[in-house]
Amino acid sequence: MPQTAIELSAIEKRYAAHAALAGVSLSIAPGEFVALVGPSGSGKTTLLKTINRLAAPDAGAVRVLGEDAGAVPVHVLRRRIGYVFQEIGLFPHLTVAENIAITPKLLGWDAARTAARVEELLGLVDLPREMGGRLPAALSGGQRQRVGVARALAAEPKVMLMDEPFGALDPVTRDQLGTDYRALHDQLGLTTVMVTHDMSEAVLLADRIVVLKAGVIVADGTPGGLSASSVDPDVRALMDAPRRQAERLAARLSESAS
Amino acid sequence: MNPNLAAAFDLLPEYLAWHVLLSASALALGLIISLPLAVAASRSPRLRWPVLAFAGLIQTIPSLALLALFYPLLLVVSALSLSLTGHGFSALGFLPSLLALTLYSMLPILRTATTGILGVDPAVREAADGVGMTARQKLFQVELPLAMPVIMAGVRTAAVWTIGAATLSTPVGQTSLGNYIFAGLQTENWVSVLFGCAASAVLAMTADQLLGLIETGAARRDRRLMIGGAIGLLVGIVIAILPLATFGKPGSYVVGAKNFSEQYILAELMADRLERAGATVSRKEDLGSAVAYRALAAGELDVYVDYTGTLWTNVLNRQDNPGRQAVLDGLTTELEKRDGVTVLGSLGFENAYAFAMKADRAKALGIVSLADLAREAPKLTLGTDIEFLSRPEWKAVDAAYGFRFKAQRSFQPTFMYRALSGGEADVISAFSSDGRIAADKLVVLTDPKGALPPYDAVILVSPQRADDPRLLAALKPLVGSIPVSAMQGANYSVDRDTDKASPAEAARGLSK
Repeated sequence: MPQTAIELSAIEKRYAAHAALAGVSLSIAPGEFVALVGPSGSGKTTLLKTINRLAAPDAGAVRVLGEDAGAVPVHVLRRRIGYVFQEIGLFPHLTVAENIAITPKLLGWDAARTAARVEELLGLVDLPREMGGRLPAALSGGQRQRVGVARALAAEPKVMLMDEPFGALDPVTRDQLGTDYRALHDQLGLTTVMVTHDMSEAVLLADRIVVLKAGVIVADGTPGGLSASSVDPDVRALMDAPRRQAERLAARLSESAS
Repeated sequence: MNPNLAAAFDLLPEYLAWHVLLSASALALGLIISLPLAVAASRSPRLRWPVLAFAGLIQTIPSLALLALFYPLLLVVSALSLSLTGHGFSALGFLPSLLALTLYSMLPILRTATTGILGVDPAVREAADGVGMTARQKLFQVELPLAMPVIMAGVRTAAVWTIGAATLSTPVGQTSLGNYIFAGLQTENWVSVLFGCAASAVLAMTADQLLGLIETGAARRDRRLMIGGAIGLLVGIVIAILPLATFGKPGSYVVGAKNFSEQYILAELMADRLERAGATVSRKEDLGSAVAYRALAAGELDVYVDYTGTLWTNVLNRQDNPGRQAVLDGLTTELEKRDGVTVLGSLGFENAYAFAMKADRAKALGIVSLADLAREAPKLTLGTDIEFLSRPEWKAVDAAYGFRFKAQRSFQPTFMYRALSGGEADVISAFSSDGRIAADKLVVLTDPKGALPPYDAVILVSPQRADDPRLLAALKPLVGSIPVSAMQGANYSVDRDTDKASPAEAARGLSK
């Protein structure tokens, strides 16, 4: 295995006159769980999409598992990388099982191997096996996103990209799915990059938090390290938010209990 | 059963077969062209506007005109191909109808397919990219299946339009359910007109329902429903066009007719004689006047009857009137020399343009000749058939007498006589062999200046049949055999309101 799973060097990306990314370099080790955070428009989603080339950088290089991402055909690259996003985008005309089987099918897996993999994945994301025959429209939001995760994992990728994957779910489902995914990350030895605007989620799930502001990285470290060491007031405010929230929550909950 | 209805049912297998073959081919071709265009248009906004605007523009051309325009266009292309490759093709009938209807079917398919593809949820597109589909896989596995219900709605509209518009292919020489309507309108056989409308409507509704099954199947993701609809459609098409396998054997003679009763009768008369001589015959009826001659010269018809005055003015572009025999002789040599067309001879009667009035009204106004008519014209309304006012004969007679009518109105020939008896017209451009002149007690005005050319009915034979012994032997005896009174009687038996005869029956009466 290469030293780094994902290597971004001096990435620049412009949309018309606006610089979405102004020279971002980032190195992610195999097995790391990285959260990309920052205010809206900071460039975190664009940065994530340069990794599977849903956004092609204007300058800079992307290496995924040691290979230049610009040198392989995009569809080949994307079949090696799991991708989950908030809108999920399940194919409404295909059953749950067909949705999960899509990348293996594109890769030409035989039917028996694909079917076994679909069954295994339904188990991994904690969905009953008979759900495989249903259409996405018959599922709840949380179930749909579990299918979305299963679909991304189907072709046994080593790298997972997640763009606010649980952002549209209710708090209980969201917490459950986040915890379940973190367990999968560890169990399967994945490298995960997750964009989120929820600092609590970032602190609870990630090993490492990268903060973007106006297209540049302003902080990069472990959740504990960042909240202690950061000098940037914006970063401090960002890191303090979950703690203050947790303290206020604890206080309010004990008040009402007494 | 009503004999008109029975006759209509007898013709149904052939008419329906052609109608279905034509509509289904046009729709299939329309789909094959429109779908890739719609995909391209959905990808490129710059292409989208011109493509949709072009399809919309075609839709604004009246369908009959679109069909009519393809004939001269194909004639030019065919001539070009003949000079370049040595192979020409028929510019009449199936091909112009197919092309015009294909163009006509494209707008609804283009519009709905473009909208359908653009309407696919952006999240689903992003997911298709994200799982690693190529652009082609995304199109065939995601975009087209999801746009399918919308596309099918467009196909249904296109099918209904195409089947309706296909009735208009009759005047360019393509047999269709329109034959019932056009022939029925000419001979005032309303049973035939209604039968044609009903058959076309039932066909359109059937196709619509079967396509509807596919649409519902696509919307509900029910493969069985989709396959069921497709099989129903396919089986229906095959059963409908099966009779064609027994028609139109090669080597058969093609007898042409223009779009009025006398022409139908004479075509039946000639066809009957050819069939008795052991030949197989197919008919191309309801042809426009100029279309018929060009089709004969191009070899798409083998034989039809035309009139010396029409050929003299419209084909040879002559304005003079040297007299009846001189015109016939001139045509015989000129058409042979110019187009290789044989004038077999005159049938023995004239079907001249004649100005006719109700006898009592002419008497009251003191009108006997066209000169008298010119004097009274400012008080009178002229009723004509649809093409008369644009014909050189009208220009010649107008130049000679200087008419200034109060109003001029055009009608289908049938309605022109009705207009005269109903008072909507005071004088009409009648035809001298028309049985209604005697039956309606009309007077024909004299032409003292000889401005109207003679109109002897002549049999014309195409270049490639000029030396065909069977055809010549079968049709030669008709020359000089039909006096005008016999033709008037035959025409009237078809045109009258009650106890109507079919053109074939009238032809049998003539040949006795």
